[in-house]
Amino acid sequence: MAIRERLSGNEAVATAMKQINPDVVAAYPITPSTEIPQYFSNFVANGSVSTEFIAVESEHSAMSACIGASAAGARVMSATSSQGLAYMFEMLYIASGMRLPLTLVVANRALSAPINIHNDHSDSMGARDSGFIQLYCENNQEAYDNTIMAIKITEKTKLPVMVCYDGFITSHSVENISLMENEEVKQFIGEYTPDEYLLDSTKNISMGPLAMQEVYFEKRIELAKAMEDAQDVIIEVSKEFEKITGRKYGLYETYQLEDADYGIVLLNSTAGTAKDVVDELRNKGIKAGLLKPRCFRPLPYNEIPEELRHLKSLAILDKSDTINAYSGPLFSEITSTLYHQNIQIPTINYIYGLGGMDVTTQDIKSVYMDLQEIAKTGKITQVRKFLFDNKEVD
Amino acid sequence: MSNNIYGRGAAILKDGTSLDVKTGSWKNRTPVHSKEKCKNCMLCVPYCPEGCIYQKDSILTNIDLDYCKGCGICAKVCPFKAIEMKDSKEEI
Amino acid sequence: MPYNIKEMVNKKARFVAGHRMCAGCGAPPAIRTILNALKEDDNAVISNATGCLEVSSFLYPYTAWKNVSYIHTAFECASATLSGAEKAYEKFRKDGKIPQDKHTKFIAIGGDGGTLDIGFQSLSGAMERNHDITYICYDNGAYMNTGTQRSSSTPLHADTTTSPAGKVLQGKSQPRKDLTQIMVNHNIPYVAQTALFGNQKDIYEKAEKAIYTHGPTFISVFSPCPRGWGYPTEDLQAIEKLAIDTCFWPVYEVENGVYKITYKPAKKLPVEEFLKTQKRFKHLFKEENKHLIEEMQEEIDRKWNYLLMMEEVTNKE
Repeated sequence: MAIRERLSGNEAVATAMKQINPDVVAAYPITPSTEIPQYFSNFVANGSVSTEFIAVESEHSAMSACIGASAAGARVMSATSSQGLAYMFEMLYIASGMRLPLTLVVANRALSAPINIHNDHSDSMGARDSGFIQLYCENNQEAYDNTIMAIKITEKTKLPVMVCYDGFITSHSVENISLMENEEVKQFIGEYTPDEYLLDSTKNISMGPLAMQEVYFEKRIELAKAMEDAQDVIIEVSKEFEKITGRKYGLYETYQLEDADYGIVLLNSTAGTAKDVVDELRNKGIKAGLLKPRCFRPLPYNEIPEELRHLKSLAILDKSDTINAYSGPLFSEITSTLYHQNIQIPTINYIYGLGGMDVTTQDIKSVYMDLQEIAKTGKITQVRKFLFDNKEVD
Repeated sequence: MSNNIYGRGAAILKDGTSLDVKTGSWKNRTPVHSKEKCKNCMLCVPYCPEGCIYQKDSILTNIDLDYCKGCGICAKVCPFKAIEMKDSKEEI
Repeated sequence: MPYNIKEMVNKKARFVAGHRMCAGCGAPPAIRTILNALKEDDNAVISNATGCLEVSSFLYPYTAWKNVSYIHTAFECASATLSGAEKAYEKFRKDGKIPQDKHTKFIAIGGDGGTLDIGFQSLSGAMERNHDITYICYDNGAYMNTGTQRSSSTPLHADTTTSPAGKVLQGKSQPRKDLTQIMVNHNIPYVAQTALFGNQKDIYEKAEKAIYTHGPTFISVFSPCPRGWGYPTEDLQAIEKLAIDTCFWPVYEVENGVYKITYKPAKKLPVEEFLKTQKRFKHLFKEENKHLIEEMQEEIDRKWNYLLMMEEVTNKE
């Protein structure tokens, strides 16, 4: 039986963590994810969880402690944002390279400089090659659901998982939410039984060797294959989740895309804004549609092109920039999946919302207007535009 | 209990596998232990960086030349000059 | 049970042969003797910082770690990694997943670079958080794995490849950072500085105390490096003896704030006796550098007198 509640994104994720009751949580405060270790510390102090909480002295040590605990055989979680995730950078690669299951919640926030506490995706996009599975969430419901599913996904794939949702827009905004019962969560995630761990009483093991060329490359291939296989695991875990909650999750979500002429691809909370605009344009007979990847790592490179094949024109919106003088990360990865299916749609890239700049329905509408124009003329003057100077479009 | 020692993420699921590596080939001089002079005081044993000076029931048995790198520490540590470093080229 | 070397050498091996440390390296004898302090049926998790010991003791698929579990993750987080493992253990014990009579000890090991410099923050955090761990620093006074670059633990005026003795500069210009004292000020129950000498009673008993004192403990162990210091591999024992007899490397412990100097040289030797045995100090024996040796002697005497004073003050009833 679902529990109807009204919670912010951080409260929702902290509630999920309470219901998961992991063995070890090691975390360091950073806006806007601070509330998660804060809420969680209350659960620890009041005995509503039996977790060992480690208030580490830095995010680098947060991920290192999580790695040590996971290597010892524990079920482990943490949360961070922005500079914290950047400070963990070295250890992210080591967690995945050592194939250690753990769940890291990321309340997305801009990366310095200049320092900015508001939302964009530069932090998790900065870690997109770290070997972590990356799940992106539009709202607090998805943040709650993905945090619970992440436990099963990481323990089955033996790949660490990052659950990303927008700082402040999702983390600090209260929305209606449907929670699972504690017993439902316990039953869904089950007992964690590690197979290769430091505290195995039957044998002493060694982890983290120096590997020469051949072994190193071999291990990196194994990691790449594990990420490849993760797609099926994510689908399978999501199906089990749907049986209990009725909420359906795939590797991505489409919204009025099947018969659309003009499509937008984007991540996280802006999808909500875009869906309103799609509804409004549909009422005016403009066939707009949306594709929102839930899973960016692994990239659903087979399915996404099929969903976009029929479009007359496509815009890919990046809430981060690669500073490669050409385009954002989502654009370069999605267009490359189209390329290999020989799908030639006029596609443009918008860099938007950096540093928490508001993204209004007006902004999204201006994108669909551009797409109409491009579909007509087939001409793209600029591959990448900053959704910053489009203010006056009515 | 599988005896596969190769774990995920380059873990090794068995301890002490370095014993397969015979570092003895490093040495260009070899310790020769004289049982007569040796008083089994054990002072040399902890000083050996390889831990390859063996003893049984407090009697020093041998220096394992499969691992000895010829550093010469034991010879200098021994208060009774019971260990002498010989140039490895000579046949012992 | 008074210390007896014949029993000590009979203890279960925790670090075995086949590792790739340089011939004559001072680290393995120290680490092996310290780990011998583990009780026979106790297990241990070793968390090792990147460094000489790490790359030489676990070159895939060969691990020299025996009867212990071992993890290396990165250079600056041996303590943080161990913190996580120790809390996982505590959780498993609470959940009854580990039988009460089986004990696992948590030991972090790092070189001076990995401990005094890059790993300092992670060490300080773990000690402050009161984890039940022991940190062993094998101090060879420079970044030896990468070829003798200067660390904060490099002695004053020592020549290294990044603080070379040249025409204008004469080796490292700063005195050595004294991490042992910094650890004393973390108010942890047990801190010690030791070396290999005599029948290894000092190092073994300090290791026993550190490993079996509940809470965070720290040992700094002298770890001569023939390649980096420039002395013949066979002289390990002599170098260690000179270091403690010149008080270049004081041997003492601080238990809950109470100082005890556990080795006082019968005849305190001038620092030259120690310096003259190593190439890294050769330039100090030039006529124009003699005053640098005096500076080093002053620093050594200042520290030694401080320890004598602390021993006196903290033992007053």
